[in-house]
Amino acid sequence: MTVVSTARPGQSRMQKLGSYIWKHKYMYLMLLPAIVYYIIFCYVPMGGIIIAFKKFNPMRGILASDWVGLKHFRQLFGLKKFYSVLWNTISISFTRLIWGFPFPIIISLMLNELRLNRFKRVIQTAIYIPHFISWVVLGGILTNLLSADSGIINALIKALGGKPIGFLTDDHYFIPTMVVSMIWKTFGWNTIIYLAALTSVDPQLYEAAIVDGANRWHQLWHITIPSILSTIVVVLILRIGSLMQAGFEQIFVLYHPGVYGCADIIDTYVYRVGLTEGKFEKATAVGLFKSVVNFALIVIANKVARMFGEEGVY
Amino acid sequence: MASKNRIRTSAASKAFDVFNVVFLSLLALSTLYPFWDTLVVSVSSLKSYLSTPMHFWPSEFSFEGYAYMLKKPELWMSYRNTIFITVVGTLINMAITIMAAYVLSKKDLKGHRVFTFLAVFTMMFSGGIIPTYMVVRTLGLMNKVWAMIIPAAISTYNLIILRNFFTGIPKELEESAMLDGCQEVGVLFWIVLPVSVPAITTISLFYAVDHWNDFFSAIMYINSQKAWPLQLFLRSMLFENDAAYSSGGESLFLLGQPMKMAAVMMAIIPILCAYPFFQKYFTKGVMVGAVKG
Repeated sequence: MTVVSTARPGQSRMQKLGSYIWKHKYMYLMLLPAIVYYIIFCYVPMGGIIIAFKKFNPMRGILASDWVGLKHFRQLFGLKKFYSVLWNTISISFTRLIWGFPFPIIISLMLNELRLNRFKRVIQTAIYIPHFISWVVLGGILTNLLSADSGIINALIKALGGKPIGFLTDDHYFIPTMVVSMIWKTFGWNTIIYLAALTSVDPQLYEAAIVDGANRWHQLWHITIPSILSTIVVVLILRIGSLMQAGFEQIFVLYHPGVYGCADIIDTYVYRVGLTEGKFEKATAVGLFKSVVNFALIVIANKVARMFGEEGVY
Repeated sequence: MASKNRIRTSAASKAFDVFNVVFLSLLALSTLYPFWDTLVVSVSSLKSYLSTPMHFWPSEFSFEGYAYMLKKPELWMSYRNTIFITVVGTLINMAITIMAAYVLSKKDLKGHRVFTFLAVFTMMFSGGIIPTYMVVRTLGLMNKVWAMIIPAAISTYNLIILRNFFTGIPKELEESAMLDGCQEVGVLFWIVLPVSVPAITTISLFYAVDHWNDFFSAIMYINSQKAWPLQLFLRSMLFENDAAYSSGGESLFLLGQPMKMAAVMMAIIPILCAYPFFQKYFTKGVMVGAVKG
């Protein structure tokens, strides 16, 4: 679309801008609902962060409540519980990153090596399904599979002579169960982006390599992986940027007081402190801490990607 | 790829192919088996469920679990709420997202950069759970199905995917329409939308699945049972103390796991029925999004 200026000489800048906007009024009008949405549900809550620096008085509202400075943060940083939920959040999502990040890459490379396209599609169809199922439903399915008395996993363990394991009740096994089930739910869907990148690799590269005597291993190492490397970096940046998200829905559905010690993450803690106990200021302070760390992580990951000559995500 | 068929197949290469096929088949089975196990338990009688640890096939069929679930008015109420949220929510999502994505795909429109930044910034920084909750409460949305629709009216991720797709449409196509006297709005309806059907189907699908599975907004904003979506009803069936329910007539404890798995099936069946129809679209859609802009 080329924008032709309708302004005549002698008009002021404001008039020019006004006539420009008037000419494209329908365009701006179409953007309006989105702008209103972002202001009300994203930017007003960002302003609402000030509640973390106030003594909230429901009668007077957020704006008129008294300021208390950093009081809530000082209290927070003195709490053992705070460090525990912070540690849980980081360790859960870090474990997930280490195992869950390479897995879909390996699977998409394996899918890419399949010679039979129909077989490939069948596998893809199967492994995408869990992505479409909610954590409440998957939670129900997990309790069924992992039940100590009549779940298949423990039945197999018992058949091999082992003792049944409380995957969801024992705090030694709870986190590994969360990590494995999260990977199980997401790996299939996560292969899509790599498979998309793989389809755009120029077939001539492979032909030239074969002429030069390269075997499949050489081709994988020197053509396939380099051509999806930038996709891998972008996905890695996004993953690092979401390290503070340890999977609220999953943990909220499956955790119970018996595993709070290892499974209580920032988001579940904020939910309980804020919405169950009604301590809005404290919960907002925890949430703000999370948002700031999150933001820093995204910026740093992007900087590092640029240092290595990749484009970054913004 | 045609080139691959011409590779001289060495023994190692063949061995790898066999391993590859076996491994991926097992992987696919491991994603499907949990659903099969659930289905089998849901149609087993409690007695046969308790007497056999492996549920490859029901040793004694019983549809008591389904009969019990189908009689519950809460199931139908939560179904109705979820269907409403999914249909109305997705329509609102699509209307706002299409309009915004189209405008943001015009890179020479004044303010384009500011508006794009406004949207993308929300992916990097947010006010957090509590301030958002306060806004929803102030707007009087608590305990209404609208609380699961309006605060989720746009997903920035989907907006960016669609904008990238619109940016990729050849400009000549739109310019020729402009010469024919079409306005910008007309171009969106007569030129852009018809060529974007796969992308739009995909994005609608993403939104619809998010609404169907939405559990987060439900536990944040919905307490009243009248507005319960399916996911909250399910959670109460699956994870809340059986004792709380056994007081109300029939004891859930007697129906046990088969009843719970019947509840799970009730939530999965609609998705599994729709899956074959939509699955050909989303691969394309994600590929669209993979093009960065």
